[in-house]
Amino acid sequence: MGWIGAPQRLPIGGSMARELRRVRPTSPCDDCVLSNLTYKQVVGQHSYEETTVCDSIRRFAVFLLLSALAAAGAAEPAGFTEIAPGVYLRPGVQEVADAHNDGHIANLGFIVGRERVAVIDSGGSHAEGEAVLQAVRQVTDLPIAWLVLTHMHPDHVLGAAAFAERGIEVIGHANLADALNHRRDAYLNPVLDYLGERAAGTRVVLPGAQVAVGQDRELDLGGRTLVLHAYPTAHTNNDLSVLDRETGLLWLSDLLFVDRIPVVDGNLLGWLAVMDGLARLEPTIVVPGHGPVRGDWKEDLGRQRTYLQTLAEGVRRVIRTGGDIRRAVETVGQDQRGHWLLFDDYHGRNVTAAFVELEWE
Amino acid sequence: MPAPDLGRLMRKAIRHRYTLPALSGLLLLCLGAAAQAVQESKEGRWPQIKEALLGDRVVRDGTDMIALSTPTRALDAAVVPIDISTKFEQTRGHHISKLYLVIDDNPSPVAAVFDFPGDRDWKTISMRVRVNAYTHVRVLAELNNGDTFMTANFVKASGGCSAPALKDPAAAAAQLGKMKLLLAEDDTDDLLLAKLMVRHPNSSGLQFDQISRNFIPADYVRSIEVSYKGAPLFKVETDISISENPTIAFGFAPDSGDGEFDVQVKDTQGRQFEQKFPSGPVR
Repeated sequence: MGWIGAPQRLPIGGSMARELRRVRPTSPCDDCVLSNLTYKQVVGQHSYEETTVCDSIRRFAVFLLLSALAAAGAAEPAGFTEIAPGVYLRPGVQEVADAHNDGHIANLGFIVGRERVAVIDSGGSHAEGEAVLQAVRQVTDLPIAWLVLTHMHPDHVLGAAAFAERGIEVIGHANLADALNHRRDAYLNPVLDYLGERAAGTRVVLPGAQVAVGQDRELDLGGRTLVLHAYPTAHTNNDLSVLDRETGLLWLSDLLFVDRIPVVDGNLLGWLAVMDGLARLEPTIVVPGHGPVRGDWKEDLGRQRTYLQTLAEGVRRVIRTGGDIRRAVETVGQDQRGHWLLFDDYHGRNVTAAFVELEWE
Repeated sequence: MPAPDLGRLMRKAIRHRYTLPALSGLLLLCLGAAAQAVQESKEGRWPQIKEALLGDRVVRDGTDMIALSTPTRALDAAVVPIDISTKFEQTRGHHISKLYLVIDDNPSPVAAVFDFPGDRDWKTISMRVRVNAYTHVRVLAELNNGDTFMTANFVKASGGCSAPALKDPAAAAAQLGKMKLLLAEDDTDDLLLAKLMVRHPNSSGLQFDQISRNFIPADYVRSIEVSYKGAPLFKVETDISISENPTIAFGFAPDSGDGEFDVQVKDTQGRQFEQKFPSGPVR
C-alpha cells in the first residue's frame, strides 16, 4: 500500500541537520500553504527523508483511515454485508428487473476460504458480474475458483460472462446447460432491451461443470468446504443449494422466497416435496434467493408453503368443477395478495403454471 | 428472434404433403418476401394472410355469428387461453364447415384449421395458444354455403413462440402421447363438454441450439381427429402456435346413451397416437 506523496530518500552520511525552505520539485503539495515548510526526518542511521509538513499530515490521515477500516474487518464492499465469517451477501431489490434497478434483483454473494473463493450467482448483466468481481477484490486477493449458478433465471446467471472471460469455472445443476440453451434469446433480449448500452458484454454462459441429483459436489476453498446439492424439479428443473460446512450456512437461493412472491417455473408439487425435506434441516443461517436473511427462516418456508398449497388446492378445485385457466386466474389465491410483494406481476402466471401441471393429475 | 428457415419449412411441407404446414410455409414465403411492404402497411400482415388463405373471397363481420374471447393481456404468452363460441345453431343445412384461427404476428400465423361434419350442434371450442407479439387474434368461420365471417380481438403478449421451453424436458419425454379426456355436463345448455388433453412438447423448430449449431428440430402435433360414437366429431390441423400439451375443450350436443370417443393424434415426426374414451356416465 503506497503512501500518498512518497518522500524522497537522500542517503547522507555524517551528522543530521534541520533545513528549512527547500522545496521539492515533484511535491503534490505545490499549491498547499504548507508546501514550503519542509524538514528532514531521520529514517535510519545514515539517511533522512525530505518531506513537507503537508505530505506528513496527509500520510497520517491515510494511515488513520486505513487503521479504522482494518479494525472494522476486511472492508465490506459497497452493498455487501458479511453475514457470517468469510461469507458476503449483496441483497437484490424487491422489484421487477428494469432500467431503474439495472436488474439487481437477486441475492448473490461469495465465500472466502483460506486459498480460494467461490462466488454464488452473478447478477443480471455483465456489468453486475464485474461489480461482484471487484467486490471480491476489495476483500481478498485470493483467486476465485468457481462461480456457482444456483439455477437458470436471468437475474442470477447473466453476469457469468464476466467470470468466464477470466477463466473462472462455472458450475451448475446437470440440467442447467440444456435449460439455458433453450432460453438464450428469451432471457437475453429483455435485458438488452431495458439496459441498452449498459448490457454490453452480457451473454448466456453455459456451465462447464455439473452437479447431478444424488451426487453432491464438494468445493475445497482451502480449509473450507462447500457442498453443492442438486434437487429434483422444484422451483426450476435445475436448482442447486450451497452448504458452507464451516459456518453451517445454507444458501438456498430461489428454493426460498422471502417477502417476494415465489415464482413457479418447474414443478409445483415437486417444490412442495423438496420443501418438506428442507424443513427437517438445521442450518445455522439460511440465505434465500430474494428477500432478507432471517433467523426464523422456517417461518418464511411455512409462508411459502401456504402460498404454494393455496395455489394447488385452488387450482384443483377449479379443475374438478370443470373450469379452465381463466376461471382459475380470476379466483385462485386472491387472499394471498397482501402477503407478497409483486403479487400482481407474477401470481397469474403461477396460477397458469399450476393449472397446466395439475390438470394431468 | 431468429427468422424461420423458410426453405426448410417449404421442403418439409412438400415432403410430407400436409395441408396446413404447406399453407403456413407458403404464407411465410409470401410474408417473408413482402416483409418490407408489410412493415409499412397500417393493417399489418392480415391482408397478406387473408390473400393466401382465402384469396379474394369476401369476409364479412362475424359479430352475430361467432364470438371470440381472449385475455386483453396474456399472463403467460406461451399459454394464452382462447374461447370460441357459436351464435347460431349448427344444423345440416346451415353450419360452420371450416374454422380458421389466425394469430397475425406469430411466425406461423395460421394456428389451427377445424373441419366440422355439420351433423351435430356445437357451441364452444377452447384452446391454448402461443402469442409472440402484440397482435390481432382472428377466428374465421366458413359456412357450408361458402359465406365467410370473421371476429377478431387484440391480445397483448410477447415471446410466446420464441420461448416455448419445457419446464421439465425429461418428464415430458416420458409422458409423450399420453391423453386425457375430461367430460363435464353443462346443464343450462344440455351440452357435453369434452376436454381433450395430449402430452406433447409442440416444439416449434424455431429455436437455435448454440451447442449443436442447428435449429432444435420441430416436433409438434399436426392433426387431431375426434370421433364420437363412430362418426367424426371434429378434425383440427394444428401448428406451432398451439401451446405445449395441446388441450382442446369442445362443447357439443351429445346423443343420449353411452358412447365412445376415439382420438387420433399425428405429429410431425410421424408418430401416431390413438386412444378411446368412454363417454358416460359423466361427472
